[in-house]
Amino acid sequence: MIERCVLFAVLSLTACKREMRDLRSDPPEAAALDQVRPMENRIGGAAPRIMYALGQPYEGNAYQLNQGKRLYDWFGCKGCHAQGGGVIGPALMDGWWRYGSDPVSIYLSLRDGRPNGMPAFGQRMTTDQMWQLTGYIRSLGSYRPSTAAPSRNDEMQARPAENRGPAAAALIARPSR
Amino acid sequence: MIRRFWRRMAWIVPLACSACGETFQSALQPAGPHAASLARLIWSFTAICGVIWLLVMLVLLFALWRRHRPAEARHERRATAIIGAAVAATVLIITGLTLMSYAATRGLSDDAPDPVVIRVRGYQWWWEVTYADRRPERTFVTANEIHIPLHRPVRLELTAADVIHSFWVPNLAGKQDLIPGRNNTLTIVADAPGTYRAQCAEFCGLQHAHMALPVIAEDAAAFDTWRQAQLAEAPAPVTAEQAAGRDFFTAGPCSACHTVRGTSAAGRLGPDLTHVASRQTIAAGQLPTTRGSLAAWIADPQTIKPGNNMPLVPMTPDQLQSVSAWLASLR
Ligand code: HEC
Ligand code: HEC
Ligand SMILES: [Cu+2]
Repeated sequence: MIERCVLFAVLSLTACKREMRDLRSDPPEAAALDQVRPMENRIGGAAPRIMYALGQPYEGNAYQLNQGKRLYDWFGCKGCHAQGGGVIGPALMDGWWRYGSDPVSIYLSLRDGRPNGMPAFGQRMTTDQMWQLTGYIRSLGSYRPSTAAPSRNDEMQARPAENRGPAAAALIARPSR
Repeated sequence: MIRRFWRRMAWIVPLACSACGETFQSALQPAGPHAASLARLIWSFTAICGVIWLLVMLVLLFALWRRHRPAEARHERRATAIIGAAVAATVLIITGLTLMSYAATRGLSDDAPDPVVIRVRGYQWWWEVTYADRRPERTFVTANEIHIPLHRPVRLELTAADVIHSFWVPNLAGKQDLIPGRNNTLTIVADAPGTYRAQCAEFCGLQHAHMALPVIAEDAAAFDTWRQAQLAEAPAPVTAEQAAGRDFFTAGPCSACHTVRGTSAAGRLGPDLTHVASRQTIAAGQLPTTRGSLAAWIADPQTIKPGNNMPLVPMTPDQLQSVSAWLASLR
């Protein structure tokens, strides 16, 4: 009986870990986070070293993912990419990528823009924000389920919640164009 | 333990009363007819309920004090009569209070003739304020501060962008919620000039407690002057430093979130900054507006108001100097 109680008490403590919200990067940290080392064709490349030192916060942290989701709405991505299904711009959740699905490619798409109509956001957003968006975009097209999810949509959800990869559409649809 | 409790109370009670004399934010210092009617209501409720409480306590003491006597049928009948009378009195009093409450709040949301119409939109955690006018060129957007003319009804049209907030300026009116996708209205009238503090009164996230705004009631002439000044575009920079600040602002992330009329900055994610230096406070009532506090805010908004939706934008000391100089010149 006592053993069970002890076990229960110990187990209940495991829930005490609270996800930390890192609300801002110090400017030197932000500068280091911008140091991606892309391949020559600007597709893929090495992520900034500090990303690993920080424990890749933009991939598995619910707060960062959720900020990414809000920025996706606030910065008008919906106008061209809809809820991820694509309109003027390509779909971001079907698992097909023009420039690669790795964080560096997506970060570069955002920061520097892409030639066929993707505007550059590097002058309009902070480094933090671009990485938050990158994390969110990757969760949209993810094949693997994850333990971290942004908050639910206010409007109808275009796919199962972002942490429940793979996106339904990914298995059926061919690239839109 | 108990001693400590009383010692603490001896501190707290005078402290709590020290706020009573202020007119800045108090429902007991009404500055307009609506708040006055609500204040009358709460005072009469308090008085009536206080008298009833005293009577009940007296009867209770009397019952404790009286010696127990063996029950007789005669007593039983008297007790029934007394209880019946008490129930009847309760029903009467509660009905009376309900009618009083109805009468006091009935007129509060009535449409008044020729109101000033102000649209207030709640964001996490600041207020967008639009002065509507039939002529579009006389409509303008500002934020985190409301000016109203004395003695004239003001219709506030309340809505929200993200979650539910609530607008409460206790000196002028009761609370009214701001709900996404709905338009609520609240009519206020101010009869005494002054600055009254409004506060968000519906929990809306991390910085709910830091979501306030001053409401400034002034005479019609002062209000018209203010309104005319707000309609104008931002003044052109005078010094080279201010010009550099403007260029930094319009070229970088600031302009993606903020509008400054008269420049290319047209973002809608944060407060309109066209006349930010004319406002008493920044960051929804957090800091008095000075060049220093503007710089402190821009340098690190996440330490002043953790979790708010303005990011730390990295910049050099020179850029910080010039952008705060420019913003401080936007009167
Ligand atoms: C004006 C329309 C427009 C807006 C606004 C826009 N995009 Fe794009 N985006 C495009 C187009 C068009 C492409 C394809 C570019 C190409 O093929 O060269 C694209 C490509 C991309 C890609 C690369 C996709 C791939 O298959 O590799 C990503 C990632 C992306 N956009 C994310 C975003 C995000 C995040 C936002 C919001 C901050 C955004 N976009 C806003 C039009 C837009
Ligand atoms: C991602 C959007 C965003 C960016 C980028 C941004 N701001 Fe803000 N800003 C906000 C929001 C949201 C608030 C309101 C914060 C609050 O009070 O909760 C705000 C508040 C302010 C205020 C206080 C205004 C008031 O009346 O309370 C000033 C001044 C300001 N920002 C200046 C700047 C400057 C200068 C920059 C560029 C260095 C900048 N902002 C970049 C979103 C942004
Ligand atoms: Cu609130």
